[in-house]
This record gives sequence, C-alpha cells and structure tokens, in this order.
Amino acid sequence: MSHAAAVHSAHDTHGHPPTSTGLDNKKIAIWAFIGSECMLFASLISTYLIYKGRSVVGPYPHDACLPPACSTPLKAILNIPVTSASTFVLLMSSLAMVLALAAVETKDQPKHTRGERILGSSKLWLWMTALLGVTFLGFQAFEFTSFVHEGLTIRTNLFGSSFFTLTGFHGAHVTAGVLWLLTLLAIDYRRGLGPKDALNVDLAALYWHFVDVVWIAIFTLVYLIK
Amino acid sequence: MAHDPAHDEHTTHVDHAAMGMVKEHPTWSTYWKVAVILTLITVVEVWIYYVPSIRDSRAFVPMLLTMSAVKFATVVLFYMHLRYDHRLFRVLFTGPLIIASFTIVGLLFLFGHLRIGAGAT
Repeated sequence: MSHAAAVHSAHDTHGHPPTSTGLDNKKIAIWAFIGSECMLFASLISTYLIYKGRSVVGPYPHDACLPPACSTPLKAILNIPVTSASTFVLLMSSLAMVLALAAVETKDQPKHTRGERILGSSKLWLWMTALLGVTFLGFQAFEFTSFVHEGLTIRTNLFGSSFFTLTGFHGAHVTAGVLWLLTLLAIDYRRGLGPKDALNVDLAALYWHFVDVVWIAIFTLVYLIK
Repeated sequence: MAHDPAHDEHTTHVDHAAMGMVKEHPTWSTYWKVAVILTLITVVEVWIYYVPSIRDSRAFVPMLLTMSAVKFATVVLFYMHLRYDHRLFRVLFTGPLIIASFTIVGLLFLFGHLRIGAGAT
C-alpha cells in the first residue's frame, strides 16, 4: 500500500483521523462545552437564588411593593402568563429542531405521502425552529421593556441585577442559537443538507436543546417558586 | 455518464459511529408524544401556581422541582438523544451537572437559604 493510500484509509469519511473512542471530536467537544455551560448557568442561578428576597427597594418579583420601600405602590412584577407562553414556544422549538435533524438524517429516503414530504423538509423545520427562537426573544424583549417601564432596571436592586444578568445571558445564548440555525439554513438553500451533514446539524440541535433545558430550570426557579 | 457530486451528498449515509449512536434514534411519533408530555407538565406547573391551596402548601416547591426535573430529563434523554447515544456523552454531561447541582445547594447552605434542622442558622 502506498503512503498516500495508507493515510487516506486511516481517515474517516469526514476527512478527520480516527479517534481512540471512534467518536467524532466535534460531538465530544459540544458535550464538553455543554457541561461547562451547566456550571456557568449554575453560578448565575445560584447568584439569583442567594439574592432572592434581599432587595431593600422594589419592585419585587412576586410581592407588591408598598411605601416606604417604594415611593408609589407597585404590583408584583413577574408576568407569569406571558412567560408561560414563551416557555411553550421554546419547548415547541425543541420539537421543530429534533424534526429538522430527523429530516436531514433521512433526506435520501423516498417520500411517498404529503405527510412524509412535510416531515422530511429540513428547510421547513429549521425555519420553524429559528422563528420560534425569534418569537421567544420577542417575548423576552417585551418583558424587559415592560420591567424598565415599571421601574426595574439592572441597577435598581439585587433582584433586578441578578434577574437581568441570568435571563440576559440566556437570551444571548438563544440569539447565538438562532444565528447558528440561520447559517444551517443558508447551507441548506445553497447546496442542500443531506445525511452526511447530520453530525453538523446534530451539534446545533444539542446546543439548542441545552438552551431549552436551561430555560426549564429558570422558569421554575425564577418565575414559579416564590 | 457525467459525475454528479450533488447526488453523492444525498446518497451518503449518516455516520452513526462517529455520531455516537448506540441505539437507533426515535421516530417523529415519539418526538410528538414527548412534546405533548412536556406541554402537559408545563400546563400543570402553571395551573398549580394559580391554586392558592396548593401554592401555600409545603408540597408546592417539591412538586415544582420534581416536574421541572422530569421535563429536564425528558428533553435530555429523548431530544438530546442521551438515552440512545454513547455513554461517554452521558459522563460529559452528568459529571458537570452533578458539580453544578452541588454548587447551587452548597451556596444556598452557605448563605443561609437552606438549613439542616430547625435550630441551625
């Protein structure tokens, strides 16, 4: 066997040298990254929980703020119905993302019915995921704006500082995820995503689902538990 | 016959080994069922928030934490495919997750939000 042929045979279909685990380095890296992100969000959630109930001035998340803590009476600031809707939107985006991955994985399989063609459209599900992500960000922008109008900024009190930092970091992650999805869509329109791209779509999907599970924790710990 | 590189892209199969797939990933029907379960749990979470008798009871926080944990695990196992993929990914995720959980609990003890026994401060 020639040297060139030996080198070629030692590389997998993606052009990377084989790894000792047999797993792709990129997938190991994204899981390690997600693990590190767990600790980042744990520190932010810890900070929020430690400062919870220790704000000297209002507005407060779950309780009304009356004088003298507030110059004028303020109602509890968290809007549970709006946040519940945004939580539902993010959960549905995870469904759309997993269907996008399934569509890419099965792109080369024949589609006989209209339902199979819809389920097999990676563009549709990637668009759906990105749009649901943007909708979630719209809900967050609405929430932040209404809080500022009601007198809560990042500098108002301990609740404002820890709340805006935690949810702002999460929103930044959602924004990064939407941009990632848009790059996948651009590739899909340019040359089409096929089964050999499944790994790259899987990496984006893992990141997106992680953003979703972080919100599951935030929704309970920040919004629902008094 | 002319060679069509675009055709090759679509006839290449998914590299299951490199992706770490130990078991076949679920089908869309499973994904829909999981979505329905997640939605139902969220509805229950929000519903009990608006029921004063439940919200004021001692069971409220444990109930919410349990439902949140179930949702978290469901997404990780089914949507992130941790149930179906290589165990190295499980280690890479659950290891830091355990450290993160202990960090939260440890800090809450340190700052007096959690206490062991009624007399402790």
